[in-house]
Amino acid sequence: MNVAIVKYNAGNICSVVNAMKRLGVEPLVTDDPEKLMAADRVIFPGQGEASCTMAYLRERGLDEVIRSLKQPVLGICIGMQLMCSHSEEGDTECLGIFDANVKRFQPLCHEDKVPQMGWNTIVDTRSQLFKGFHQPEFVYFVHSYYVPLNEHTAACTEYTRPYSSALHKDNFYATQFHPEKSGKVGERILQNFLDLTP
Amino acid sequence: MLAKRIVPCLDIKDGQTVKGTNFVNLRQAGDPVELGQAYSLQGADELVYLDITASHEGRKTFTDLVRRIAATINIPFTVGGGINELSDVDRLLNAGADKVSINSAALRRPELIDEIASHFGSQVCVVAIDAKETEAGWHCYLNGGRIPTERGLFDWAREANNRGAGEILFTSMNHDGVKTGFANEALARLADEVSIPVIASGGAGTMEHFRDAFIQGKADAALAASVFHFGEIGIPELKSYLCTQGINVRK
Repeated sequence: MNVAIVKYNAGNICSVVNAMKRLGVEPLVTDDPEKLMAADRVIFPGQGEASCTMAYLRERGLDEVIRSLKQPVLGICIGMQLMCSHSEEGDTECLGIFDANVKRFQPLCHEDKVPQMGWNTIVDTRSQLFKGFHQPEFVYFVHSYYVPLNEHTAACTEYTRPYSSALHKDNFYATQFHPEKSGKVGERILQNFLDLTP
Repeated sequence: MLAKRIVPCLDIKDGQTVKGTNFVNLRQAGDPVELGQAYSLQGADELVYLDITASHEGRKTFTDLVRRIAATINIPFTVGGGINELSDVDRLLNAGADKVSINSAALRRPELIDEIASHFGSQVCVVAIDAKETEAGWHCYLNGGRIPTERGLFDWAREANNRGAGEILFTSMNHDGVKTGFANEALARLADEVSIPVIASGGAGTMEHFRDAFIQGKADAALAASVFHFGEIGIPELKSYLCTQGINVRK
C-alpha cells in the first residue's frame, strides 16, 4: 500500500507518520503533486491556523492537487476544516470539497472551554471509516472551530452543540478528531481507511 | 460530552523512570516506554513525562526517549522539565510530544508563554504551577518547590491564561505525597478564575479522592504517580468507580 501524507506548514505530521508505521505502512511525506496523485491513499493531516495553511497550499498549487485527487483521501483536524468551503478562522476561503462553513465554538457557560481538548464520543457514524463500530466510541479532539451538521456528516459529536466530527463525500473522508492519537479506536479508523475499496 | 481525564505521571532520570514500581507484567521495570504503553492499554487518557535530569547529556537522552514514546504510544502525551526557551519546545515537539509543560521558566519569564502560544498554538502549552498554602494564602514556588516566591497562585494562573496557556497543571505542595486528597477548594477557585482546563495534581490516595477533585474541585483532569506506579489503584477500576459516581470518563 502506497500512502502519501501531504507535506505542508502544519504541525503534528510526525504523529500520523508514526501511526501509519504502527499499522505496518511506511508513508511518504511529500508535496510533489505527481507523487500525491500516484498514491493509493492520501492523508491530509495537521494542526495549525486556517489562513496561513491555506495560503501555503495555494502558493504551491496543492489546493488544486488535493481537489483533483481520485483515490481515498483522509483529512484530519485542520485538514478536514480546509476541505470545507469557508472557515471563520481568518475569514478563509478553503478547498470547497465539502459544502460546509467552519465556525468558532461559542461557549454557553464557563465550563465550555475553547479549544475543546480531550476525549469525546462519536455517534451516528455512517461511513466505511467506522466499519465495525456499534456503540459511541471515545476519540481525541483538540479544536476551537467546528463544522456544523450537514449532508456530508459521517459522525456526530456534542460540544456546546451537536456538530460534524467526521465528513464523507465520494472519495473524500475527514475527521475532526485525531485518529492517530485516539488509542485502539483511532487505529481501527485508520485501518478502515487503508482497507477501503475505492 | 467531554470526558474527565486520568493522567499518570512518570518521572524520568537519564532515560529511566525514577520511582520504583511494582506495576505488573513489565519486563523492564524502569523502561518509560513500556510503562507508558501499559498505562495506555489500561485506559490512561494522557501521559505526562517529566524529565528530572539536570545534565546536558541527559537532555539528549530525554529527547531520544520522546522519539521512542511517540513511535510507540497512540494517546497524547505531555513532556516537561528543563524547558527554558522556544528552542527546547521546538526540539521536543519535533521529537513527537503533543504538549510541553513549562514551570519555573515561565514564572521567571512569563513572555515564554506568549512565544509558545504564537509559534505552536495554545494547545501545546501547559503551564505547571507548584504552589503552597500558608497563612498568607497560596504562593507559587520555583525549581520543583525549592524556592518560594511572592507570586500568588490565582494571580499567576490568570496571567498564564491571558498570555495564551492551553492548560494549567496545578500541584499543591501541601497535598503532594501525603495521599489525603487533592486541594479541592483551591482547584475549584482556579476553575472559576481561568477559562482553560485545570489538571489537578498532588494528593491522590484513594479512588474517592479523584471523584472529589472532579466534583468539588471542578478539575478537568487528575494527575497521579505513585498510586498508579505501585498498583494501589488500577486505572480500569478507577474508571468504573468514577462511572458509578456519575462522572463521565472514557471507557
